[in-house]
Amino acid sequence: MKRLLPLFLLVLLFGGCEGRSSFLSPQGPIAAAQSQHFWYVVTVMMVVCLPVFIGVPWIILRYRYKHGRGDYSPRWHFSKPLEILVWGVPVLVVIALGIKLAHATMTLDPYKPLAGDAVEIQVIGYDWKWLFIYPEQGIATVGDLVFPADRPVSFRITSDTVMQSFFIPALGSQIYAMKGMETRLNLAATGVGEFLGENSQYSGDGFATQSFAVHAVSEEDFATWAESGKADGMPFDRTALEALQAQSTRSELLDTLGVSGESVVFTDAPPDLFTSVATDPSRMGAMQ
Amino acid sequence: MSDLWSLVFGRLTLDALPVLEIIHATNGRELASGIVGTTAAGLAVLGALYLVYALTKYHLWGPLWRDWLTSVDHKKIGIMYVVLALVMLARALAEAFVMRTQQALGDGGGGLVSNEHFAQLFSTHGTIMIFFMAMPFLTGLINYVMPLQIGSRDVAFPTMNSVSLGFTAAGAVLLMISLVLQPFSTGGWTGYPPFTEAAFNPGPGPDYWIWAVTLSGIGTTLSGINFVVTIYKFRCDGMKLMDMPLFCWTSLCTSILMIFALPPLTVATGLLALDRYLGFHMFTNDGGGNMMNFANLFWLFGHPEVYILILPAFGVYSEVFSTFSSKTLYGYTALVIATMCIAVLSFTVWVHHFFTMGQSANLNAIFGIATMLIGIPTGVKIYDWMLTMYRGRVRMAVPMVYAVAFLILFTIGGLSGILLANPSLDYVMHNTLFLVAHFHNMLIPGLLFGMLAGYTLWFPKAFGFILDPKWGYRAAYLWIAGFVFAFFPLYGLGILGMPRRMAEYFNGAWFPLTLVALLGAVMIIAAFACLCIQLYVSIKNREALAVPMGDPWDSRTLEWAVPAPAPEWNFPATPEVEGRDAFATLKEGGYDLRAPDDGYHDIEMPRNSALGPVLMVGSTAMAFGLVWYMWWLAALGAMVCFAATVACGFRRNTHRIVKAEDVKAEWEAFCALADTTPRIPRSLEQTTQNMGHASPASEEITS
Repeated sequence: MKRLLPLFLLVLLFGGCEGRSSFLSPQGPIAAAQSQHFWYVVTVMMVVCLPVFIGVPWIILRYRYKHGRGDYSPRWHFSKPLEILVWGVPVLVVIALGIKLAHATMTLDPYKPLAGDAVEIQVIGYDWKWLFIYPEQGIATVGDLVFPADRPVSFRITSDTVMQSFFIPALGSQIYAMKGMETRLNLAATGVGEFLGENSQYSGDGFATQSFAVHAVSEEDFATWAESGKADGMPFDRTALEALQAQSTRSELLDTLGVSGESVVFTDAPPDLFTSVATDPSRMGAMQ
Repeated sequence: MSDLWSLVFGRLTLDALPVLEIIHATNGRELASGIVGTTAAGLAVLGALYLVYALTKYHLWGPLWRDWLTSVDHKKIGIMYVVLALVMLARALAEAFVMRTQQALGDGGGGLVSNEHFAQLFSTHGTIMIFFMAMPFLTGLINYVMPLQIGSRDVAFPTMNSVSLGFTAAGAVLLMISLVLQPFSTGGWTGYPPFTEAAFNPGPGPDYWIWAVTLSGIGTTLSGINFVVTIYKFRCDGMKLMDMPLFCWTSLCTSILMIFALPPLTVATGLLALDRYLGFHMFTNDGGGNMMNFANLFWLFGHPEVYILILPAFGVYSEVFSTFSSKTLYGYTALVIATMCIAVLSFTVWVHHFFTMGQSANLNAIFGIATMLIGIPTGVKIYDWMLTMYRGRVRMAVPMVYAVAFLILFTIGGLSGILLANPSLDYVMHNTLFLVAHFHNMLIPGLLFGMLAGYTLWFPKAFGFILDPKWGYRAAYLWIAGFVFAFFPLYGLGILGMPRRMAEYFNGAWFPLTLVALLGAVMIIAAFACLCIQLYVSIKNREALAVPMGDPWDSRTLEWAVPAPAPEWNFPATPEVEGRDAFATLKEGGYDLRAPDDGYHDIEMPRNSALGPVLMVGSTAMAFGLVWYMWWLAALGAMVCFAATVACGFRRNTHRIVKAEDVKAEWEAFCALADTTPRIPRSLEQTTQNMGHASPASEEITS
């Protein structure tokens, strides 16, 4: 553990400044709970880890071959009190951790809606970019994920290609995106901020570039942004759809569409695009 | 492409040569990538050519065929497994080094290898390390040691043992071929569809992966059956199950896991092959396919697999702690129960590999708790090993350095494992480098250190001389430091949200730690170099390092009761034992070197068989034909395998006799040597005075 400590300090340092990509410097309630859970597990685990970290050096020193000072009993092989201890303590630790585990798994279930009026965003994974559809606002984006801070966001996620994983580390949980299926994720940002979003599941040549900028903005800014997108964005036409479906990185896509910058806003998105990707008629029955 | 060409060579064209990447390079990184790939392929070809040249020059083809390839002696098969493992370790380490270099240079999109090349590297690295380094290494150790420990002359099915090796080697050969005739899969060692389906990867890559893994899986299943029957049926008189050395227990559990866990993998790769070759829709995006079924099948194998890997190492550590503490193992019964618990629980946790696939929270919670439960028996084992050293006399010989480092580092890995067992934490750490750091933390200090400790421990038994301790220490310390530097930064990177399998990245915060990890990789390469030097130096000084009396470490189990190297027939007469630590008991009573009670008898040993090597060649040809659509070759290979197996069934002359007087002469020479060889105390253990004749620690240490 001693060896890990400086690492964690480094992590905290980095997490605080650049990138905003660590759940240990949480930017939302889910990540905050996960960060707290993380330290809880580390702390409780010290009950079983510290005896090893301290005991091993002590034993090899005290019972070393040359000049060892402890007594030598080569046939000693069992002790009832010790046996109860070495089974009992791990059992107690696992009980303590298991209760917390069950509770956290239920409360942090990515499918569970967060309290409040959620913004719905539909997410479709393509090779190698994400399309974000805002059904209420009637727009769609590639490259930028914008939503109001301090308000739950409800993601409905699917993929139009191989399996991907939709992940915003500073906000918490990730979930797989799979063709013909819909997965869900509920997150929120505490306060305005910019975070890194990514695909964490290797999906081919452009995988490393499949990140996106996450902007948690104020309610007014969000409304303004949506309106200006509606007014000034590109139409989501057949060309745009085909460009999305082609294997290309985000910047290649933007080149194809003739857009400069890192992102594009579409003035409309076919209302049934998400559903058509997320449901595969040949799959028989609902598979979530 | 002419019809004739495709009839003969299928879809294989000159494009498969890695040198093409140089020719088609459009920028510096692609050029470098081509050079790396071509160099690797060139080294593989040169190595193979040199091997052929050396074998021809020194007229070794005959001995190689007679004494090794067709041998069904469990000891020789064990050694061949370990040699295979070390060769594959060298390649996979080199790949790891290239990947670490790439990530250290990959900030902002630079680097040494292309994205595609990087993906092949992590796929071959994982596939090799699991299937062609770890599995052969542990199978080799079990093969060599387990029959000796239970007082048997061989495994239950010696020819099948050679066949297992043949299939494993065939898979390894396929991987080596993929270095020259590219590409290999880019789908990682798990080969998840739909990415590996024909719709997204129509090329030969995933097919290489499918057949390499399938072949090795068949070999492993057969090994498992062989070991289980051997342990159940071939123990010597008096050795009850609860008297077996712990290494035999872990071998037994591993073998049971092999039998039950490998079939799901074979089914998964088989179904994927149906998708790819015959247009089925098992795991495709369309036509009713569902990749979730693959994930479940794969991890139904994959999770027990990690215990297949770790349990034999636990067995080695049990022997090491007991031997180098001059003390009987603490909590033998608890260790056996813990091993069995782990084996059973290992089948109940596979969902934790995909907590993020969208299943219900209840299901995740159940599998999360089941995962944590494995921590209990594992924790018990750690404490039992500590208590084995407690009240002992701990000698920090090379295997013990690995073992002590294992205790500390494995506990850290256990901590990160418990973290990942929490579904709600896995949601933020899955698919990141935290996960990569975790499983390397389990597999390097756990499995690999255990294998290296075992290699150091049993090397003198196999070859008659100990490994040079000086270079052994250097290797061990470099492995430990290298591991810490290479993988602890990855914990940090994972917490910083860096996904695994990234060839390039655009987040400056990740750069410093990738650089530290590269430093660790350099140290690990140096550690491997030390192991090579150690082997060279030891072979050179083998006269001085010889331990003909066979017991260099004052050990406690039966394999140390025979000369080093162990005779072909293992024991002059099948031993009769009482209680645990059979050899320690014999030594204390002064009976370690007596002649067999009822005299010497003729010994019946199995004859050599060519079935193993023939199946190896046949199955390699078949798989290679399937990969490149050379259907004639695939059919020919399959026919060779079938014909050889049938022909083998007609063999009648399967055994030969070792005459009683030969056994007597060899054993009496050994006993006579004992009279002139002094027993040495443990302080001289790692010196040239060690002739393998130990004075028992209980006599030497009196405090």
